[in-house]
Amino acid sequence: MNATESLRYFLPELFLLSGALISLGLDLFVRNKKLVGFFAVLVLLGTAVFPQVSDLAGKPLELFYGFFTLDAYTCFFRVLTVLILAATVLISISYRELSPSEEGEYYTLLLLTGFGLILMAASTNLLMIFLSVEFVSLMSYILTGFLRKSHKAKEAAMKYLLYGSAASGIMLFGMSLVFGASGSLELSIIRNLSATAPFYGVTLIALILFLVGLGFKISMAPFHMWAPDVYEAAPTPVAAFLTVAPKALGFALMMRVLSTGFLWINWKWSPLLMGLSILTMTVGNVTAIAQTNIKRLLAYSSIAQAGYILMGVCTFNETGVPGVLIYLVAYAFTNLGAFTVVIMVSNSTKSDELLSYAGLAKRAPFLAASLTVFMLSLAGIPPLAGFIGKFYVFSSAIQAGYLTLAVAAAVNSAIAAFYYFKVVRLMYLVPEETPEKIPYPLPLTLALGLLLIGTFAVGLAPSVFIKAVQTALFV
Amino acid sequence: MISEMQTGIQIGIYLVMALSVFAALAAVNLPNIFHAALAFIGTLLGIAGIFISLRADFLALAHILIYVGAVMTLVIFAIMLTQRLSDPNVRQHNNLSAPAFLGGLAFLTLMAKLIYTTPWPVKAAGTVPHVSVMDLGQALMTTYVFPFEVISVVLISALLGAIVIAKKDPL
Repeated sequence: MNATESLRYFLPELFLLSGALISLGLDLFVRNKKLVGFFAVLVLLGTAVFPQVSDLAGKPLELFYGFFTLDAYTCFFRVLTVLILAATVLISISYRELSPSEEGEYYTLLLLTGFGLILMAASTNLLMIFLSVEFVSLMSYILTGFLRKSHKAKEAAMKYLLYGSAASGIMLFGMSLVFGASGSLELSIIRNLSATAPFYGVTLIALILFLVGLGFKISMAPFHMWAPDVYEAAPTPVAAFLTVAPKALGFALMMRVLSTGFLWINWKWSPLLMGLSILTMTVGNVTAIAQTNIKRLLAYSSIAQAGYILMGVCTFNETGVPGVLIYLVAYAFTNLGAFTVVIMVSNSTKSDELLSYAGLAKRAPFLAASLTVFMLSLAGIPPLAGFIGKFYVFSSAIQAGYLTLAVAAAVNSAIAAFYYFKVVRLMYLVPEETPEKIPYPLPLTLALGLLLIGTFAVGLAPSVFIKAVQTALFV
Repeated sequence: MISEMQTGIQIGIYLVMALSVFAALAAVNLPNIFHAALAFIGTLLGIAGIFISLRADFLALAHILIYVGAVMTLVIFAIMLTQRLSDPNVRQHNNLSAPAFLGGLAFLTLMAKLIYTTPWPVKAAGTVPHVSVMDLGQALMTTYVFPFEVISVVLISALLGAIVIAKKDPL
């Protein structure tokens, strides 16, 4: 489809992009920068409920000469992206450390990142894949180093940039091999390499190099080294965002790449991803036990969660693929929720150490109860969201006959339960040190409430979400 | 006659390639970082030479203008402004150099084997149509208009982010 015809189907993204630019302009005139934040939330919600084009009629639309593939899958991840971003903006509005002199630009940058994330979901072409991944990476580096006064944040942003550049370079090298072998940037043409046996070797190596770049985005071991530092040092709302959105879209892109371009050598990448999945969850969980800082603990936990999600990617069967999408939704609600509590606590205690959570149940019973819910959901306890995701990926592993993987994941879940419950024990059973009342600012409380509802909703009424996931995959 | 000329051109291309590899090795091994930057310019010029041999003249020109002209100038400015970096006594290696070298060598062997065993669908040099600047411009405004516009969004976002990170605090 040519560019002019495509514009009609591209309205939600254009709406988001104009919203970003308007918020940048708004920043000049509005004295109270919180208003820019609320405007950004409105833009994001607008993008989410933007009338989905009805004449999609089941077949994907190749917008802009195939550089933007609009299908149900793209729509699903578009809605997920903007909702995650809306939650991020909401929890940023009352974040203490953000100074008014740069708050307006912060919201603009978040909106622009949203555009990049949507591009990631819609890319079926090596050029767009590289461009969108780089876009999101650049924005992530900037957002990580956003608090200029913090030396830790600067260091983390620098590390992130160096690791990220190396990972992108390796990914580009892989892409160049595929391009050389197939003569095309389109994943659907790259698939034709399967017809000729001599390309097995080069495709496999290219795919492995490709997975380095994508694995970096989803913090898959052994490319996870940047994650704990970045998640600890970044502004907490940004950390919440980075553990959820680039990861979700990284998975979306990885599945698109594997299913469109490389499904024919799945007998090669499946065992590879299985090994990486076990490695990722083990590294994440074992290291998380020793952490004394809640942000670092959540960072390692998020690495481990990526390992569980990878289970669904590596089996790639009819339970695994929807399992990944459901897991991502459940994980988004839960992890954003956990970080929201962290922001509310650190706003008053000015500390992210685990010890400052001692006796939280007395000081702020609602916060303690919410964090308990989120921790239980991360541990995969029914009837919460995390359980549904875990249920899907575990059954996909068993269905595919990967018993080693299922056993490893079960052992890991037990290890993980230990440190999730450690936080709960601290809040309820350890006496408090600083009896301080914790305030409940409206935007944060609103976000917390919605995320709690989401966590319960996925757990209690999974059919609604499963139906959404199935339309995203099979239409 | 023609075949002699072709061998001459081929030898020239191999020389350019050897030069860029040699310059790249120098860029990572020279102790003085200023010399390393100069050697890196040699690599970039060599790559531009390879582009010319592949009949991508515009790409070669843009490559020289942007990398040699702009990026390397910035790099050299940065070196001149940084005290410690121009110190020739900065250590070049750490205790992971040997494993890294072995890993690199293994990867190189693997790639060499792959490149030799894969039947790349290459066209003979004469059949590649010449791409003019006008063709490129037309492609950017038609087929590739979307990536082109996305890059402009990427640039404005990066610019905005760079300003926020680099600006001074209001007094």
